[in-house]
Amino acid sequence: MKKVIGLAVVLLCLGLLATSALAQQPPQPPEGFVPAASVQGQEKLPAAPLVITAYSVVWLLVFGYLWSIWRRIAHAERDLSEVSRRLAGAQRR
Amino acid sequence: MSPEARQSFAATVWLVTKKDLLIELRSREVVYTTLFFAVACVLVFAFGFVREGVAVDDAAAGILWIAIAFSGTLALGRTFERERQNDTLRALMLTPADRPALYVGKLTGVLVLLAAVELIVTPLVALMFHAPLFAFPLMMGLLLAAGTIGFAAVGTLFAAMLVRARSRDVLLPILLYPITIPVIIAGVRGTAVLLQPEVNLPVARMWLSILVFFDVVFITLALWTFEPAMSD
Amino acid sequence: MKKLFTPLLILTAAMFAYAPVAIQNAPYESTMGLVQKIFYFHVPSWFVMFSAAGVCGIGGAVFLFTGRKDADRFALAAAELAVVFGLMGLLTGPLWGRKAWGVWWQWDARLTSALVMWLVFVAYLLLRKYGGAGSEKLSAVLALFGMANVPFVYLSVNLWRTVHPKTSVVMSLEPEMGRPFLLCSLAFMALFVLVLAARVRLENMRAALDELYLSLED
Repeated sequence: MKKVIGLAVVLLCLGLLATSALAQQPPQPPEGFVPAASVQGQEKLPAAPLVITAYSVVWLLVFGYLWSIWRRIAHAERDLSEVSRRLAGAQRR
Repeated sequence: MSPEARQSFAATVWLVTKKDLLIELRSREVVYTTLFFAVACVLVFAFGFVREGVAVDDAAAGILWIAIAFSGTLALGRTFERERQNDTLRALMLTPADRPALYVGKLTGVLVLLAAVELIVTPLVALMFHAPLFAFPLMMGLLLAAGTIGFAAVGTLFAAMLVRARSRDVLLPILLYPITIPVIIAGVRGTAVLLQPEVNLPVARMWLSILVFFDVVFITLALWTFEPAMSD
Repeated sequence: MKKLFTPLLILTAAMFAYAPVAIQNAPYESTMGLVQKIFYFHVPSWFVMFSAAGVCGIGGAVFLFTGRKDADRFALAAAELAVVFGLMGLLTGPLWGRKAWGVWWQWDARLTSALVMWLVFVAYLLLRKYGGAGSEKLSAVLALFGMANVPFVYLSVNLWRTVHPKTSVVMSLEPEMGRPFLLCSLAFMALFVLVLAARVRLENMRAALDELYLSLED
């Protein structure tokens, strides 16, 4: 079970690395027709940092949230075992 | 609904409304404080949005509706705080009266209160911002009525449910505003259309129909959920 | 049900691992270029948010009208997911919009109504955390009202002239763009199921803990 989860985590991490790496490659010439008049100065803004930030946000939120759930479950498990122990002790008396 | 059931529904609504209005008339606490707060709101926003002695364009519509929203929240809080102090809401729920009728009765009381406030605040805004709010009085009145009904419908339900909750003072605005923002937006945009130099009545009618749509949805949802939500 | 968790986890991880490849191979959009590729994660995160909002509303309604506590636990879990994935959509959207529209934010119908819907679920979580006893029912009512907002948000781009792309864009995608989009959508929905299951498990454990504390006091 742990091996499977470990493999899944490794794959997800590879995905994160791949995304950031691939996004940095120079863009290929766009297919389709030439765009119509665009807003002034817009072409100067590089898209790559925005794309990388966006994907990083997604991965951070997903992993951050999953980690938060995992931490809270571990906490609850600890509390559950402790209360069960106390209950068993109280019942024996 | 049979005629007898309809009659008892209306009778319950009237009883609850009359009770609330009578209590309010004796002390007039909520109506005076809400009115003063609404006027203070308008003044604060006026100082915020006035440049060189002249108000920013279109500010009047927004200021009017924000004043209604803020003072409405206050009025709802105060009205139900009164119920909470003597646990009268629980007493009301113990009566064999139809639950939706209780809700409609409380809603009507709140609406009368807000109508009184709006009757004073709307001319005040028109005066202070040189806004021709009464150029189309019927449309303006309908917009105000539909918007206030939508706001009060949600507000009455939430305020009633919060009566026994912790932190109820801050929770009422937190819960109420996200849900009623579409109502406020529609009200502001509809009013703003009426203030343009060339009034586009069909657009104002569109915003009015959106308000009516929200009113129907909100009141239906409220009637549906009032009983299960209020029962322990 | 539990047996499906691990295979689904592997499948989701595989889909997410392959997604960057698929996205890289997708053609560039003619007017927006590279930045349009945010679309492949932006739209699916909103799909998840809508689904979570729906689960929250339905769970709340079931709890309100039948009193089933497990429905309420589902609703609370879904509300938290709605906030997280909504935040994801609200952060990726402006990053795209900064390049595509030149501004970080616009007060148009779609963006405003999406933000408002997100706020409803933030309010839900605040209510559950600070409202004290009895806030379960009120939050169920709030979720129902919030859910009534969803069609309004979805249709807003079709009803009003806005800068936001219309809903018809998705249905009319070319296959080279449609396939990676479908992959990402499926990956996100699978992730939604997984994360919801994990979060509900946490709520169930908390409920069991409360019961044990109660019996300990007896």
